[in-house]
Amino acid sequence: MELLLIVVVLVAVVAIVAAPLRAGHADEVERRESAELADLEAAKEAKYREIRDAEMDFRTGKLDAADHKALDRQLRAEAIQLLRRIDALKGQRDEQAGDAPAQAPEAPARPDAPVG
Amino acid sequence: MATVGRALLILAFALSLYGIAASLYGWRANRRAWVTSGRRAIYALAGVLTIAFTILEIAFLRSDFSIALVASHSSTTTPTFYKATAVWSSQEGSLLLWVWLLALWSSLVLFLTRRSLRQIAPVAQAVLLAFCTFFLALVVFFESPFTTLASIPSEGTGLNPLLRHPAMMFHPPALYSGYTLFTIPFAFAVGALVTNRVNSEWIQGTRRFALAAWLFLGVGIVLGARWSYTELGWGGYWAWDPVENASLMPWLTGTAFIHSIMIQEKRGMLKVWNASLILATGTLAIMGTFLVRSGILDSIHAFGASTLGKPFLALITVMIVGSIALVLWRKESLRSEHSLDSLLSREAAFILQNIVLVAMCFVIFWGTFFPLISEAVTGTKASVGPPWFDRYITPVAFVLVALIGIGPLISWRRATAANLRRNFTIPLAAMVVCFVALLFVSGATEEPKALFFVPLVAFVLAGVLQELWRGTGARRAMSKEPAPVAFVSLIRRNRRRYGGYIVHAGFAILLFGVAVSSSFEHSKDVALRPGQSAEINGFTVRYARAWSEPLPEKIVFGATLDVSKEGRHVATLRTSRGFYPSQDPSLGILGRFFMGEAESEVGLRAGLGRDIWAVINPDLLPMQRIIEEGNRTFRAAMESALGDGTPDQRAIDQLFVMRDQAVAGLTNQWVRAPWTADFRLIVSPMATWIWIGAIITFLGGGIALWPAPASARSRVTATYAAKLARDLARS
Repeated sequence: MELLLIVVVLVAVVAIVAAPLRAGHADEVERRESAELADLEAAKEAKYREIRDAEMDFRTGKLDAADHKALDRQLRAEAIQLLRRIDALKGQRDEQAGDAPAQAPEAPARPDAPVG
Repeated sequence: MATVGRALLILAFALSLYGIAASLYGWRANRRAWVTSGRRAIYALAGVLTIAFTILEIAFLRSDFSIALVASHSSTTTPTFYKATAVWSSQEGSLLLWVWLLALWSSLVLFLTRRSLRQIAPVAQAVLLAFCTFFLALVVFFESPFTTLASIPSEGTGLNPLLRHPAMMFHPPALYSGYTLFTIPFAFAVGALVTNRVNSEWIQGTRRFALAAWLFLGVGIVLGARWSYTELGWGGYWAWDPVENASLMPWLTGTAFIHSIMIQEKRGMLKVWNASLILATGTLAIMGTFLVRSGILDSIHAFGASTLGKPFLALITVMIVGSIALVLWRKESLRSEHSLDSLLSREAAFILQNIVLVAMCFVIFWGTFFPLISEAVTGTKASVGPPWFDRYITPVAFVLVALIGIGPLISWRRATAANLRRNFTIPLAAMVVCFVALLFVSGATEEPKALFFVPLVAFVLAGVLQELWRGTGARRAMSKEPAPVAFVSLIRRNRRRYGGYIVHAGFAILLFGVAVSSSFEHSKDVALRPGQSAEINGFTVRYARAWSEPLPEKIVFGATLDVSKEGRHVATLRTSRGFYPSQDPSLGILGRFFMGEAESEVGLRAGLGRDIWAVINPDLLPMQRIIEEGNRTFRAAMESALGDGTPDQRAIDQLFVMRDQAVAGLTNQWVRAPWTADFRLIVSPMATWIWIGAIITFLGGGIALWPAPASARSRVTATYAAKLARDLARS
C-alpha cells in the first residue's frame, strides 16, 4: 500500500514536470510575450499610476494648479513615448507574424472622465 | 506511513534539485520548455510537501508514537487542537512547515507571474528552489520529522505547556509565512540583478508579495506580543528577546522597502538602495530562522542547542557575499534615472524614513548580537537588556512617527510654501492643542516621552483624517455620490494610497499605546494570603479566595482577586498556575505531579482606559515535606505490591487509586489551608490601544494588498488612452 502510494506520487510528479518538454508547447507561448514588451507595459502602468496620483494630489491640495499642469504635461509626454514604443514593438511582431499592424485604440465616449 | 513521509521528502529534495537545473538550463539555452518544467517542479514540490505535511499531521492527531517526533511532542491527553499545532512546536516539524509554506507561496507567485517577468523568473525560481533544497536537505539529512522508534512507547511526553495557547495555531505559521514570503522579492531581486533587468518590472511583479510578507510577519509579531501579554505571565508584550528582535528586523527593513520602491516605480531612483534593502531583508528573514534554531543566543523562544547552526551560517554567508557581489556587478545599471527635485518632497521624506528604519534595525541588530560580539572581543558573553534598547530606539521612534505623519501630507517631487501651509496647518494645530491639553493632565509633565509622543500621534491622525476628508470631498465633486458612498469608493479605487494611510493611522495608535502604557505603567510584586490586600495606582487588590482544579492533564492552583477603587468594585480577576505531570521518575510517585513544567494564566481586565493585570506564582514549598513523605510511602508500597517477580495486580491498582486520592488531597490543601502566594500586579493605561492600532494597521495593509477593481483599472487606462490618442493626433 505504502509502496503503491509512493509510486503514484512519483508518476504524477514526472507527468507534471515533463509535460512542458513536449516539443512546441512553450515556443507558442514564447511568441505571445516578449521581455521588452513586458518592460514597457510595466513602465506604462507605473506612468499611469503616477498621473493618477498627481491628479489626486492636485484635488486634495498637495499640488497647486500651475505645478499640476506642468507635471501632468510632462508625465503624459512620457506616457506617450511609452505608448509609441509599445505600438512600434507590437507592429514589428505582427509584421513578423504576417498580420496587419495593430490599430490605434479608439477614444471612449467620455475622454475627459475623471480619474481616481 | 513514516516510510511514505521519508520517501516523499527525498522525492521533494530530488525534485527541487531538478527544478534548479531545469530553470537555469532553460534560461541559459533560451529553452522556455525547460523553464516551464522548472516552474512546474515547484508546483509539484508544493503538492508533494502538502502530502508529507498531512501525513505528519495525521500521525499527531492519531497519537502514532512509532514516530519519534510525535512521542516527544504529543500525548494521548493532549487536546486535539494542540495535537494539530504540536507539529511545528518541534525543530523538525517547523522546518517542514517552513519549506512547505515556501513551496506554496513560491508556486503562487510563479503562477501569477508566469506570463510576465520572463527573463527574471527563471533565475528567481532557481533561487526559490535553492532555498527549498537547503531546507529539504535539513529535514532529509539532519532533522527528519519521520524518524521512527524501535520500541513504541504507550504514552508520549506531551506538548510543552508554554505552547498550549490558541495563538500557537496562528503565530508560528504567520511568522513563517512572513519569512518565506520575503524570500520571494529577494529571489526576484537576484533574478533582476543576474539578468541585468533592474528597472521597476521586478518590483511591480513582486510588490504585492513584499506587502503580504510585511503583513504576515507583522500579524505574527503582534500575535506573539499578545500571547506573551495575556498568557505567559512575563508582565509585558515585548521583552527585546533575541528571537522577537529577529522577527522585527526584517519587518523594519521590509517596511522601508515597501516605501522606497514607490520612488523607483515613479522616478527610477534608489535602484541600488532597493536592491540592497530587499537582499538584506531576505537575509535577515533567514537569520531570524537561524537564531531560533542554532541555539547561539539564549532565548525562551529558541529550540535549544542543535547541529543546524553551521548549515545556516553557511547559507547566510552565501546570501551576504552573493548579494554584495551582485550589487557591485550591476552598479552601472543601478544608477538613478532622476535626482531628487527638492528636499521638501515625499521622496525626501521617504528616504529619511528609510534611513530611520534601517538605523532602528541596526540598533536592534547590535543589541541582539552583542553577546556574541562581546564574547569575541572580551571573551565574556555580556548581554544588553530592555533599558539599553529603550534608550536608543525611543528617540528614533520619535522621528519615525513624525515622518509617518509627514509622508501622506507632502507632495511628490516638490512641495511649495502654499501647499505646505494648506496641508500641514490642521495637523500641526491638532498637535499643539494636544500638547497644551496634556500639560493640564496630572502626571503628564513628569513623563517627557509621553508628553512629546502623544502630540505627534495626534499630528499623524489629524493628517490622515484630513486626507480622507479631502479625498472624499474630491470624489464627491467628481462623481456626485453621497458622502458615505464617496468615502468607500475613494478607498476602493485608490487602495494602495488610502490603505497605506490607514496603516499609518493604525501604527500611530499602536505606538500611542506603547508610549503611554510603558510611561505610566505601575507594577508591583506582592505576597498575599486570602483576605489580604495590596494597593496599586489607587486600586485595592484583595486576594478573595484560593481555588484548585485537578484536571486530567494538569493540576491548577488559582486565586480570585477582587479589584476596587475607593470602595467601588472594579473587576474580579482569576489567575492561576498549572503544573503538568513530569515523566521523570526521580521526582517520585507524587512529586512528578507537582514538579513538572508549569504555565501561568493571567487575570486580565482590559479596557480602553487601562488594563488591570495579575498573575500568581504559588510557592509549593510548604507542600514539599508532605510530597516527600508520600513519595517514600508509595515507593515502599509499590515495591511490596510488585513482590519478587510476582506482582500483585490488585494491590497495584489500589495503589494507583490511592495515589490519585493523595494528589487530589494535596491539591485541595491549597484551598483548605491556603498559604501565602506571590503575585505580580500591573496597571497599564491605554495598553488596549496597542491591539486596536495593530488591527487597524493590518486592515489598512489588507486594503493596500487587495487588487484594485478591474473597472477602476480599465477606466483609467481607457481615459488616458483617449487623452493620449488625442495628443498624438495633434502632434
